[in-house]
Amino acid sequence: MATQNSRSAARLMLAPAVILLLGWMLVPLTMTLWFSFRKYLPLRGGDQGWVGLDNYVRFVSSSSFWPSVQTTLIIVGGVLVITVVFGVLLALLLDQPMWGQGIVRILVIAPFFVMPTVSALVWKNIFMDPVNGLFAHLWKFFGATPIEWLSQASIQSIVMIVSWQWLPFATLILLTAVQSLDGDQLEASEMDGAKPLQRFGYIILPHLARAITIVVLIQTIFLLSIFAEIFVTTGGAFGTKTLTYLIFQRVLESQNIGLGSAGGIYAVILANIVAIFLMRIVGKNLDA
Amino acid sequence: MARKITNNRKIINTAAAWGIGLLIFFPILWTILTSFKTEATAIADPPVFLFFDWTMENYSVVQERSNYGRFLWNSIFIAGGSTILGIIVAIPAAWSMAFVPSKRTKDILLWMLSTKMLPAVGVLYPIYLLFIKFGLLDSVLGLTIVLMLINLPIIVWMLYTYFREIPGEILEASRMDGASLKSEILYVLTPMAVPGIASTLLLNFILAWNEAFWTLNLTAAKAAPLTAFIASYSSPEGLFYAKLSAASTMAIAPILVLGWFSQKQLVRGLTFGAVK
Repeated sequence: MATQNSRSAARLMLAPAVILLLGWMLVPLTMTLWFSFRKYLPLRGGDQGWVGLDNYVRFVSSSSFWPSVQTTLIIVGGVLVITVVFGVLLALLLDQPMWGQGIVRILVIAPFFVMPTVSALVWKNIFMDPVNGLFAHLWKFFGATPIEWLSQASIQSIVMIVSWQWLPFATLILLTAVQSLDGDQLEASEMDGAKPLQRFGYIILPHLARAITIVVLIQTIFLLSIFAEIFVTTGGAFGTKTLTYLIFQRVLESQNIGLGSAGGIYAVILANIVAIFLMRIVGKNLDA
Repeated sequence: MARKITNNRKIINTAAAWGIGLLIFFPILWTILTSFKTEATAIADPPVFLFFDWTMENYSVVQERSNYGRFLWNSIFIAGGSTILGIIVAIPAAWSMAFVPSKRTKDILLWMLSTKMLPAVGVLYPIYLLFIKFGLLDSVLGLTIVLMLINLPIIVWMLYTYFREIPGEILEASRMDGASLKSEILYVLTPMAVPGIASTLLLNFILAWNEAFWTLNLTAAKAAPLTAFIASYSSPEGLFYAKLSAASTMAIAPILVLGWFSQKQLVRGLTFGAVK
């Protein structure tokens, strides 16, 4: 029973947030779009005019483009598989009756609250350092040669660090979903003689499908733009240059704004493709 | 889906869960322990777990050498300021969408969410340029504004989902009793919304505290928060594990404590209400 009066008041109250976000989205994005069509090298001649689609073509045809796409896919895919698989198992385990459940939950969630630069540095030095790292001690203890993690197994190491950071997120959301599972249904299936694996495949997993989809979509959006973990550990060396990192280097390190902006537009398009799917699910939920 | 099980199963569950939990927590635990060691003990082979001479020396060294207090203050100011500013802008917006919804409310909410998904690197240079132009580079104010804007969609969404749970009948009743819009918001809505607002504050403070793209790219010496301070340890000289651990522990301890209080809100806030 909103009156005309309250409706215009509501619009007025909505305005600041909408205007701020509109500005935040449109102004920089328009600038990126503008730069992406120009030859712009601030340190070497400045803005040298329009070049059409040149930057877009050059960004894609540069020798570091496809490797960076591959690295991005491996990191995002690897982290998604690890966090979802272990997240489901961990959520099922944490849902079981046990002593000290609250404390275990706290232990499992903790990595999510560690700032990315801290976790990257701690893993890089205290665990993965080939001379003094804890892993090196462990390898030596078993008589093996310590691995130079961040140069010999650089991508795997980064996948491991990032998975450690995101496993809590996946677990927490999947645990919330597991807890909403109907216990009667499980009990009924048990009475009908369903084996644990059958129960998992036919009841639990379908029930978790939506939550898994959401975890995958949200993590993909965040994982596509991981930055600090690479910045601090390898600086993009040893085949760890993701698309995000490549664009960062083009823009801030080589100061080729046109080229970097074209890359930025590619990144925006990529993120939007993922976002559309996420929005569909969230939007459906709004109607309910 | 709690079901009756035998005591044996419970013991196995407990052992497995604690084992995995401790394994996941171990890097944090190890960092905290290392922060109390001397540099020599920190790299000792075989590693020393608990039985060493505990020292607070690293903490005082880090504080003296790096002006830790200033970074801490920057973090508090940027995370706190951006969250409070965000809340001030978001409360009226979330209120109006929750209680006076229109045909476009859903579209606006989804659009706001989509701005959150804009990859930061895509707008890095424009923001950099604008910051130089307005003299905001390496300033606490500039970062506060940027972090407010990137977290605003989450703040609006969280508040919206909380506000929607407040029954509309109560508002109607207060209107019938002749309450004005102002007193409706102040005396009816606010008390009911306080828990939701507090959770939103908490989660967004944490997100802003840990943000590590803009804080690394838009600061140098003056406005650098703890994220950037820690990153400065990436090219160290000599033995530094214990000091790195002390600095890390100081940077994450406050947020770990806050984070443990916000577990439940985390799910709601980060899935935009899609998982409850």
